[in-house]
Amino acid sequence: MTATPDVALDQSRALASPSSGPQATTALVAPSEEALRRVVPRRHWGRWAASVLVALLLVSLVTNVAQNPNYQWAQFWGYFTRPVVLRGLLLTLQVTLYAGVLGFVLGVLLALARLSGSGLLNAAAWVYIWFFRSLPLTVLLIITFNVSQFFPTLALKLPLLPALFSTDTPLLLPALAAGVVGLAINEAAYAAELIRGGVLSVDQGQVEAANALGLSPWRRLTRIVGPQALRSIVPGYVNQLIGLVKMSSLVYYVGLADMFTAVYILESRTPNDIVPILLAGSAWYLVIAAVLSVVQFYVERHYARGAVRTLPPTPWQRLRRRLTGLRVRLAEVTR
Amino acid sequence: MSTPAAAYAAPTSAAVEIRHARKSFSGHQVLAGIDLSLAPGSVTVILGPSGSGKSTLLRAINHLEPLDSGYIAVGGELIGVEERRGRLHELAPRAIRRQRTRIGFVAQSFNLFGHLSALDNVAEPLLAHRRQARQQARATALELLGRVGLADRADAYPRQLSGGQQQRVAIARALALEPEVLLFDEPTSALDPELVGEVLAVIKQLAEDGATLVIVSHEIGFAREVADHVVFIDGGVIVEQGPPSIVIDAPQHARTCEFLGKVR
Repeated sequence: MTATPDVALDQSRALASPSSGPQATTALVAPSEEALRRVVPRRHWGRWAASVLVALLLVSLVTNVAQNPNYQWAQFWGYFTRPVVLRGLLLTLQVTLYAGVLGFVLGVLLALARLSGSGLLNAAAWVYIWFFRSLPLTVLLIITFNVSQFFPTLALKLPLLPALFSTDTPLLLPALAAGVVGLAINEAAYAAELIRGGVLSVDQGQVEAANALGLSPWRRLTRIVGPQALRSIVPGYVNQLIGLVKMSSLVYYVGLADMFTAVYILESRTPNDIVPILLAGSAWYLVIAAVLSVVQFYVERHYARGAVRTLPPTPWQRLRRRLTGLRVRLAEVTR
Repeated sequence: MSTPAAAYAAPTSAAVEIRHARKSFSGHQVLAGIDLSLAPGSVTVILGPSGSGKSTLLRAINHLEPLDSGYIAVGGELIGVEERRGRLHELAPRAIRRQRTRIGFVAQSFNLFGHLSALDNVAEPLLAHRRQARQQARATALELLGRVGLADRADAYPRQLSGGQQQRVAIARALALEPEVLLFDEPTSALDPELVGEVLAVIKQLAEDGATLVIVSHEIGFAREVADHVVFIDGGVIVEQGPPSIVIDAPQHARTCEFLGKVR
């Protein structure tokens, strides 16, 4: 074992001898046997300093949140679990769920139209996306709420044919329907582009392989292209859904008492409690976003199958690994 | 009416029959009238410089690349088209999909479904065409993976396999529907030299089992060893064809000599 490095060292000295010409590199000063044992990893001093700074900031933030009397934490739980707020929360969740599902379905159809070979479908979807992405959501909601002002009768009518179906539009759409439809129309425009981007990110060879095997377009989409597109769609889509949760507060404009509306009304009644009321409302939005983020992690992990060599560990797995690591180190110390 | 259907129907003795195949891409003629007849159980290697039209011809056989004129028949059935009142009309997608199940295709870049394990990749065509129930399809897939020597990697995802292993899975997948003809589009061009051998060994075994193979390849040595018919294509036409002992070892055309000199 020890003979080999000696030979190597001799050679390197020979190569670097002065006789080997003006371009000779500097002689290798061979590290000692002792030095061969271990390479000491570089210390990242900047990272250490930044970590200390962030830790200090965190401590001051926590103490501020805990001790600053202006937060009025005593009142917080009362508002957090107040029936009006909870009823509002339920409505917020309902509106988000319906608009999310409807928006997704419509978004998939728009994305397929954009990806289709038909110029007309493509152009129509493009115009839809352009229009509803440009229109302020508030305006859109007011339009859906007052739809009879724009379209007094609802009819299904093709040119040159008598109407297939016709009815008077109700003066006001039910508030829930108006809110959900408005949000869904808007959501679909954004969802379509996210979905289209995801489908485009799938290698064309996958489509060709599916075609060569005689797979139907439906099977190709749901079994081959869709699952692989979802991998890149999910992160952006959860972003979009969290946005939808917050935008659902705009149903205030169609007269729905969602959580934001409930909080808003509470505030106007008890102006002294503005801070705890706002905190309680925000806390619920934080909870919803947290749940969605956890779902995102697991969905993303599911669709990463095959795209990465090893799946990223779940937080539980990471915790367990860290604990066993600690136990091993403890055992080493106590031995 | 004056052109009877029989004029288009291929002789049933040929596994693959290509007549007057022409194809242009934006004004550039890639196939300039190809006539070729391949016997059942034959192994054909198509040689030619890049851009000669050899890949286009191969992809036309399962209608991945529709022809502008002429026709291709597999097992006596026109592919991708049917004759109505003396003209060839493109078939409905469903009919084309059914025809494709009779023609296996292995691409240069494998194109395994990345989110499915090797086993699920091979089982997919069986499930998609409802040939077999899930349990049975998995058993068949495992058997096919065994044929290409990968039964022990059934649960691996494509990204966990070497290029050679991926291409062998792709071959097993192409075999799943028991096609009459297998097409290989430069099956070893994307592989490290040390991995080429394992893929060629699998193809050779298929040839010995009596499968009808059409292979676009640059592996001259392999062509000489396995092929019983070699076709040299350049400029969208067949320059020379025949047994490897002639086309490869004693080519008649200057263009063939020049090409072989470069490849060798």
